[in-house]
Amino acid sequence: MVESQRTGARIRARRLDRGISQTELAHMAGISPPYLNLIEHNRRRIAGKVLHDIARALGLDASVLTEVAEPALLEALDLAAASEPASGAERTQTREFADRFPGWAATVAAQARRISGLEDRVAALSDRLAHDMQLDTSLHEVISVVTSIRSTASILVGADDIDADWQSRFHQNLHQDSVRLAEASQALATYLETPKTDAAATLSPVEEFERYLDETDHHVAQLEVELLPEDAIEAMVSALVPPQAKSVARDWFHRYRADTEALPMAVLAPAAVAAAYDPGAIAEAVGSPLPVVMRRLASLPPGEGHPPIGLAICDASGGLTYLKSNRDFALPRNAPACPIWPLYQALQQPGQPIRAVVSMPGAAAPRLTCYALASPDGPLRFDAPQHYRAMMLAVADAPLAAGLPVGRSCRVCPRAECAVRREPSILPRSGDSATSGL
Amino acid sequence: MAKRVLLIEDEPNIIEAISFILSRDGWTVHTHSDGETAADRVRSLPPDVIILDVMLPGRSGFDILRDIRSDPATQDLPVMMLTARGQTKDRELAEQLGANHFMTKPFSNAEVLTHIRALLAGAATPCDPAEPNLEP
Repeated sequence: MVESQRTGARIRARRLDRGISQTELAHMAGISPPYLNLIEHNRRRIAGKVLHDIARALGLDASVLTEVAEPALLEALDLAAASEPASGAERTQTREFADRFPGWAATVAAQARRISGLEDRVAALSDRLAHDMQLDTSLHEVISVVTSIRSTASILVGADDIDADWQSRFHQNLHQDSVRLAEASQALATYLETPKTDAAATLSPVEEFERYLDETDHHVAQLEVELLPEDAIEAMVSALVPPQAKSVARDWFHRYRADTEALPMAVLAPAAVAAAYDPGAIAEAVGSPLPVVMRRLASLPPGEGHPPIGLAICDASGGLTYLKSNRDFALPRNAPACPIWPLYQALQQPGQPIRAVVSMPGAAAPRLTCYALASPDGPLRFDAPQHYRAMMLAVADAPLAAGLPVGRSCRVCPRAECAVRREPSILPRSGDSATSGL
Repeated sequence: MAKRVLLIEDEPNIIEAISFILSRDGWTVHTHSDGETAADRVRSLPPDVIILDVMLPGRSGFDILRDIRSDPATQDLPVMMLTARGQTKDRELAEQLGANHFMTKPFSNAEVLTHIRALLAGAATPCDPAEPNLEP
């Protein structure tokens, strides 16, 4: 179904929503009922004055009747359908559904995303319960004290011939253990106390801080000024809620400030525009190290015409230590990502910058120019294991040429023939009739 | 001559309670609290039976058990493991490493005595997961 044809279906849906007959709408728009019938059944193209007249008669802006559903919305709907295979969702008509009922489609997509997010949180919490050292230590303390109390109390109750010294000693032990048990129980209860918000219950300190940064698109104007007061960073850290994000924030703010001093925004912004946001070219032009340029590009101020730029930083295990995502670029936080991303390729070639245009699944899906680099995490040393971190900048202004095929993760990637697939996808195979043209 | 038991445990009050009940049962009780040097203590003693806690400072009870079983001089010593973690994987690991019995805290004094006597007599059933705790 081409786009101009889908407009007819949307007109029909909106007319029926309002309880208007075809004849009534035709008269209101100044066209004949048979012509409107042809339009509604996608047998006539519609544009220009007729489109605007019909839109006005329906009380709508013409763009509502012609706008194309975003790939992200279609992908979310496809995922929603795939996660409920027994529901019998008409997956060949996903696009039509999104076009005809954009409000409902957005609702379904938002709920599917929310469910997926909650599932990730549940998995993270389960993981925390299974591997949380603090919880493990607290429980061990409680059980050890209870064991001691039980054993000691049994001795005092079960034996009549214990001499006075031993009795006194065991009584003293019981007292000590009761104090320890009270403290250990209190500590455990405090640790397990229900947090006041869902977010505090589920987000890690890094995610908490990233959420704070998301509010300003990871641009911190307070740190961009030339003469920063000495206590400015501590004041910013102190103002942060919740407290567990503070140590993450302190490190990040200090690095941000150091990057700012090495490459002020007044130098970076014009250089970025001139070099089409290519960090390699910018680094050469301004004489700054590549990692500094990459981090600074991710902190360009929003609303000044720069393209969306994402940044991911991971350690050698591939675990994300920082993520600036946007509509076109996101990596899963709590699940293994697609290993084809240049971020992970860079880990295999430390010190070697890697540039690649990548394309997400689907003809209309975003293409991104990615720049990745793995660097030593700290100074190089002899006779000590060297740790590396990789960072990847994702710029959403890539040419429309075919790119390196990537996905978010195997679970939601339709590329059946992928050589590095680690688990089956819950989505239909790429090119299957059930896909919605993503 | 009294049989010797080596109690490798780092909780002072548990050490005192178990030592007391084993002494009254006729055992000579030796105690050790440090995980790093525990295997050396086993070799230098060696006891007739070992009670070995899993979570110890310096080294885990599993590592110590591995050392005991890999040394020809100590490999046949009966070992009862104590742990505050009753997880299946811990029990399975203890069994794989050659523990003769696995006891989850909190336990009863009678239970300790029953199994220590059984270990000495060679009648222990290694790591029976279905075994209930006995009351004194």
